[in-house]
Order: sequence, then C-alpha cells, then structure tokens
Amino acid sequence: MHHLNILAIHRDKKILATVLRLINTNGQWNGIGAHSDEEAIELFHQQPVGIVLFCAGIDPENEQKLKAVFNTQNPPPIFLQHYGGGSGLLSAEIYEALAKQGH
Amino acid sequence: MANTILHLAATRGHANHGWLDSYHSFSFGSYYNPERMQFGALRVLNDDTVSGGRGFGSHPHDNMEIVSIPLEGDLEHEDNLGNIAVIRKGDVQIISAGTGVFHSEKNKNQALPVAFLQIWLFPNKLNGPPRYDQVSLNITDRHNNFQQILSPNPDDAGVWVQQDAWFSLGKFDQGFTANYQLKKPGNGVYAFVLEGEVTINGQTLNRRDGFGIRNIDQLDFTANSANAEVLLMDVPMIT
Repeated sequence: MHHLNILAIHRDKKILATVLRLINTNGQWNGIGAHSDEEAIELFHQQPVGIVLFCAGIDPENEQKLKAVFNTQNPPPIFLQHYGGGSGLLSAEIYEALAKQGH
Repeated sequence: MANTILHLAATRGHANHGWLDSYHSFSFGSYYNPERMQFGALRVLNDDTVSGGRGFGSHPHDNMEIVSIPLEGDLEHEDNLGNIAVIRKGDVQIISAGTGVFHSEKNKNQALPVAFLQIWLFPNKLNGPPRYDQVSLNITDRHNNFQQILSPNPDDAGVWVQQDAWFSLGKFDQGFTANYQLKKPGNGVYAFVLEGEVTINGQTLNRRDGFGIRNIDQLDFTANSANAEVLLMDVPMIT
C-alpha cells in the first residue's frame, strides 16, 4: 500500500507526539515528526514527503527557509499550517489540502 | 456566494463513543464534509454530552480560541497553566491556546451526564501566550434579551477572546421579537437554536438547527415558541 508521508514540525515534543499519533490512526498516512528545523530537513531528505505540517511556534522567517529547502523536491510537498494542534481538525485539514491538489 | 447557510440539526455529523455523544455542525474528527469547514472565524461547533465521571483526558491545542458553554451538569477543567475549575450552566469558559496548552475536561458528577457546547474560533493573532478564563453570568439577564457572553474587549461583558467576535445568549417568551445589530462591519452571524422554535430573517429554525448569515448589518428575530433559547455568534468572515 502506498503511504502518504506527512512531516509535522512542532517545537513542543509532547504536542508533536499527539499530532503524530493522530496522523497515524489513518492507515494510509505515515506521520514523521521534528521539533527542530535541522531535524526536519534531515527527515525530509530521507523519504518523499507529501505534506509538511507547520505547527505552532515556528516563526515566519524559519518557515520560509524550510519551504525553500522543501521546494527542491519534485513535485514539491503540500504546505499546511496546522491550527489547533492535536485536535479534531487535523484530518479535515489534510483532506482539504489533498482535495485542493486534486488527490 | 450565498448569503445564508442552513444546517438542520439532523444533518450534523454525529459520533457516539459511548462515554461521549457528540454532534458536529462543522467537520470535526472523523466527520469530514468539505461544505462544512467553517463559517468565517467559527471553525467548530460541537454539541457534546459526556457520561458521568468520564471526560476528555489531558490533550494539547495551539492557536485556537476554545469556548465551552455548559448546558447542564458540572464540567471540571484542569490545565498545565495551573488552573483547576468547575463550570456549570450560566458559566462561560475560554481557553486561548496560543503557543500551546494541555487541558482536560471531565464530568465532575459520577452519576449524571454533562452537556455543553464546545466552540472553536480561529484567533486573529498567532502564537500568543496561552490563557484561561471563565465567567459566571446571571442567566435571568438573558430573558427576552441577547446577553453578551463573549467579546474581544477584556473590559466588556463576558469572557474576552483573541478575535473580533461577540457571542450572545437569549431565552425568549413566545411571540417576542428583537432586532440584533452586528458589532462590526463585515462580520456575519451564525445562530444556533438551543431550545424551541424561532424565525431569523424569515428562516424558521428548530432545536439545534444552525443558520449562518453574512452581508448584513442587522437581523430580525422572532421567538415562535415559549422558552426559545438561541446563541448568536457574531464573527469575522475570514476564509
């Protein structure tokens, strides 16, 4: 089965763990997580990433730097700002992003 | 774009987890309806009933304004900011999640259910400091009156929220009519009927129906039944 790799970046390790647990409840999604920019870039280069979730605490400048790195992938990933970390919104946000990309 | 949206009670998403019976006016959890993602800044309207002694264990949120309005029973709140509190009918609770907060919400009573509305708004400012507050309101003040329970101003009535939003609750006698003026140009109103039957701008609504109206500066309200209760959510129409 083809899995969609979703890279979640969150500064808070506990919240990140919850976000990953929620992503991985969907059998077709594979959540991978980083709490630092360096770790995110390292994980990104280890596998094709379909969606990057930017969670709370990442300032706009860092987000732009990360996007510049991630945009080197062909095709580039979908960038998603995740509101309400670890919440009931996560699945709908991912479905919405995929629908907009025609998946 | 249509100026109104109608969410009849029976068309809401529904999840019964045994301990939690929840109706979703907008996409939430496993309920996904692309036509029901938000009404402006209003993203979540859950109509929850939790069994005695049960509840939501500690879990995180960030960058969301979370409002809880108890309808019956006692809801016990605890968070990592050090707050421990119980809210009940007449109270309103706000959690401004900001950079992140962990909290639990549990039914204080072992024998009786607790019913409450859980409402989430997108904030107008990201990554602010997390904050908790609650207020106790005199529910007799909402008899034939839209009692303000939430606003963006800390010095105004109700809890304050990190968004240009105003919530009002009213309980009305049959035949009572009122006119509600929106608080800010460009805002819309999402009305949620708690009890009874009402008419808003010509649309008849029954218990737990939702009705969103945009591109207006006022709305006309009539209570068609005795003890009709309505929550008005006056929110920015962000996309």
